[in-house]
Amino acid sequence: MKRYVIVGNGAAAVGCIEGIRSVDKEGAITVLSKEARRVYARPLISYYLEGKTDEARMQYRDADFYAANGCELLLGESAAGIDPTAGTVTTDKGRTIPYDALCLATGSSPFVPPFEGLDTVKNKFSFMTLDDALALEKVITADSRVLIVGAGLIGLKCAEGLRDRVGGITVCDLADRVLSSILDAKCAAVVQKHLEENGIRFLLGDSAVRFDGDTALMKSGATVGFDVLVLAVGVRANVALVKEIGGAVNRGVIVDARMQTSVAGIYAAGDCAEGYDASLGAPRVLAIMPNAVIGGHTAGVNMAGGDAAFDNAIPMNSIGFFGLHIMTAGAYDGEMTEETDAGTLKRFFVKDGYLKGFILIGGTERAGIYTSLIREKVPLASIDFETSKKIASNAVFSAETRRKKFGGVV
Amino acid sequence: MNMKRVYVNEEWCLGCHLCEYNCAFANASLARMADLKGKKIFPRVHVEGDDKITFAVSCRHCTDPLCVKSCIAGAIRKKDGVVRIDRNKCVGCFTCVLVCPYGALAPGEDGVMQKCELCTDNACGAPACVTGCPNNAIVYEERGDDE
Repeated sequence: MKRYVIVGNGAAAVGCIEGIRSVDKEGAITVLSKEARRVYARPLISYYLEGKTDEARMQYRDADFYAANGCELLLGESAAGIDPTAGTVTTDKGRTIPYDALCLATGSSPFVPPFEGLDTVKNKFSFMTLDDALALEKVITADSRVLIVGAGLIGLKCAEGLRDRVGGITVCDLADRVLSSILDAKCAAVVQKHLEENGIRFLLGDSAVRFDGDTALMKSGATVGFDVLVLAVGVRANVALVKEIGGAVNRGVIVDARMQTSVAGIYAAGDCAEGYDASLGAPRVLAIMPNAVIGGHTAGVNMAGGDAAFDNAIPMNSIGFFGLHIMTAGAYDGEMTEETDAGTLKRFFVKDGYLKGFILIGGTERAGIYTSLIREKVPLASIDFETSKKIASNAVFSAETRRKKFGGVV
Repeated sequence: MNMKRVYVNEEWCLGCHLCEYNCAFANASLARMADLKGKKIFPRVHVEGDDKITFAVSCRHCTDPLCVKSCIAGAIRKKDGVVRIDRNKCVGCFTCVLVCPYGALAPGEDGVMQKCELCTDNACGAPACVTGCPNNAIVYEERGDDE
């Protein structure tokens, strides 16, 4: 009987468990979970604060998930080291667990820059785990002044989740625009305006350099008073386990399309892994939930002796704030064309006859058709792309393509 | 197990939108279908097309559904061949809309995502869109190999 060990218990681990079980119903699976919780939907922590979900509904899988999949779940236990020669994982509780195939689904950790005076701040939080959200919830009051450092996906979702529960929110970022990793200047300006109309204040192109108790001194010289500080500057992939044994690591653990690391028998998936961005044509950490699940599933199939590849990974984000939906995908590479309508802004990036990426602000109806054009590398000459820019539609495909899509098993 | 799915015969579709009304009625608590008259409806099947061709699109219940792997809430699962959404868990992030290659998911009247579950989640027993189609432009049958 094959022995599988999964380090981590998030979305990639779930994908891995399901991938293993799609091939091998018998092997022993051990899951190491640093958090003392069954798997939950981590990206929902802002919705939790907003009151749109609760701990029970945040359960990512059914209560019998681990038992039904024959997994031993070790809660509150993390991996301290790997011995790839012996094929064992040592845990922080001193346990040594042998493996035939190992998957690292260790995720990422909040990056906290060495701010001067950070130790003088009483109420400071990261915003990554349910424990972070619960701790934050404990200290906020209807009068709290919240300062969020970082106007990225995490910082802004945190702002949305807190808005109705605190006195005021200021978000600062060294970048000159919001969501700088996924939006260009024009799109970011639209989103920023919408957030400002919903009560969020911004200090952009500026960041905290020093903290003194309840005051942040900004790079610009301004000071910001606050009661609660949220640090959402960025995340770093958790790569230490592989680095220590000399495995290939860049910004994440380097994996091939089968999610295999440079070390035999060891796979990696999710936010800790650096795979290949098919839209960019280059290696990249694609720290998004769908890719964690697909990558984990791919790893699991291969660990169990199957043969799977994840070779069409692209960045893609769907994120909404106060009723405005924003979707982005792929690489912003090539010629940009724009479609605007009342309340919507769409930008498409086309190169060598292929859609490489898009940004949609509003106008998200049937957007998955656009995403499929990128992922499936559909030659735009084969469809009526001009028409589909206005509204994504299956009518722009040939009758033959439609017959396959809607007349057969897909 | 071969599963029945809804398949499209677009050459027979008149674009009458009756499937959309039958869907909306099947999933609403109304005494008569005529009560939908004048109301904005939120069906789980959508007639698409242009001046040349029309066809009705609903969930393909894919062999390897991208929506299931992408849902950030774990609200979309496939069971017994049917891709279902637990609307109680959905937070309305629209990630499923971003990934579905067929454009088969859209929010309901309450803003929460909804999708075709082949009328297994209502009293119809078989897809109301198909039952009510006067032209066999959509059919409910087994085709091809399956999981």
